[in-house]
Amino acid sequence: MFRRVLLGLVLCAAQAFAQAEVAPDAFVMQLSSEIIDAVKSDQQIQSGDVARIRVLVDNKIVPNVNLQRMVVKSVGPQWRTATPDQQKRLTEEFKTYLINTYSGALTQVKDQSIKLRPVRTGANPNEVVIGTDVVGKGDPIQLDYRLEKAGDTWKIFDFNVLGLWATDSFRSQFARDLSAGGIDALIDRLTEKNKAIAGSKG
Amino acid sequence: MTLGRFVVCWLIAAAALVLEGCAVAPGSTRGDPLESMNRAVFSFNETIDAEVLKPAATSYQIIVPEFVRTSIENFFNNFNDGWSAINQLLQAKPAAALEMGLKFGVNTVFGFGGFVDVAGAGIERRSEDFGQTLGRWGLGPGPYLVLPLLGPSTLRDTVSLAADWKAIPEAFVERGGERWALATVHVISVRAGLLSATRALDEIALDKYSLIRDGYLARRRNQIYDGNPPDEPEADDSSDATEAAPPK
Repeated sequence: MFRRVLLGLVLCAAQAFAQAEVAPDAFVMQLSSEIIDAVKSDQQIQSGDVARIRVLVDNKIVPNVNLQRMVVKSVGPQWRTATPDQQKRLTEEFKTYLINTYSGALTQVKDQSIKLRPVRTGANPNEVVIGTDVVGKGDPIQLDYRLEKAGDTWKIFDFNVLGLWATDSFRSQFARDLSAGGIDALIDRLTEKNKAIAGSKG
Repeated sequence: MTLGRFVVCWLIAAAALVLEGCAVAPGSTRGDPLESMNRAVFSFNETIDAEVLKPAATSYQIIVPEFVRTSIENFFNNFNDGWSAINQLLQAKPAAALEMGLKFGVNTVFGFGGFVDVAGAGIERRSEDFGQTLGRWGLGPGPYLVLPLLGPSTLRDTVSLAADWKAIPEAFVERGGERWALATVHVISVRAGLLSATRALDEIALDKYSLIRDGYLARRRNQIYDGNPPDEPEADDSSDATEAAPPK
């Protein structure tokens, strides 16, 4: 009983701290460092357990992503032609695909660290681009994020690797399936791709 | 037929096609008016890669010990650094040119001709090639081109190859057997370095051709502006949301 009171107090305190506003660059650095540290320190991940990375991404990154905005941006104008059921299925498969994509990238992490680039504020205070560099043995890899304000914190709705925005790349790749067989074709393709990725590494 | 003449012939063919149909062909994407031809060459390259290059690079990675592979990589990178310095001068970036020149000098003199990367992380590598120089001077990329064996390029970058190829180790070696041997090692070394990245790419790409093209074009633009390209207008999010202006 005493423990429960203590827990309640701790949670209240945590809540109070959580009310403090987070700056976008601090948000990105914290999230990136958390992920990189988790990947580097986990023995099973370092020995190639991709399923564990996917769990990590699902738990830590996905809650900080505006999935809806990302999938709409990646599908393009044809999103509006989809039925609510199709949209739901498409969002689900897209989420899995995103997790698989990001996890694949994280398997390359061995001894890298994240460096923030100077923040450029724009006209819109509710949206910002935060640039980072993943620095390791080779050339630094540019990794940028488009963030939108979500209450006291931020949500990611696009990311950029070496100059290519993810949603632009998805839109371009999805276009073929969309023009071949519409939304259903895209859903099928994504489902198939996700199964293949899950099957190959387990 | 020399490599140089081969490139020129290819350029003339590509230019002829470009002039013939500069407007966006139906079914092709903006920036890629030669998409159907490019996809055909891409298929060909993929086959060669799967049958020849990838197995060779994989064997190379398995058989040759890591420090030897790293030394070979350093050797070729070092030549690259020297060429980068020259390009940085051409782009009026004296500070960068000085740094890369220093890196090249240190590694050549103290690194046994470039085999040891003595300068290491102390001097960060900023690679520049002649294509970036032309881009910096204002020359647009032109249509996307997939070159046989060489892979993704643009009209501008293909033309620059003529200049770039004057600065690689192969250029300083006698024509014939030796040059081809060196070129082979070069290609396999580069391919081996890309093995894990291409494995990841193969897994996630829904349309490998598009991904490589978009990645290449975005990367080139990024390289020319050294990581700060002018923002392009964002595409529509949806019919409901009004698109916010991209930050300056």
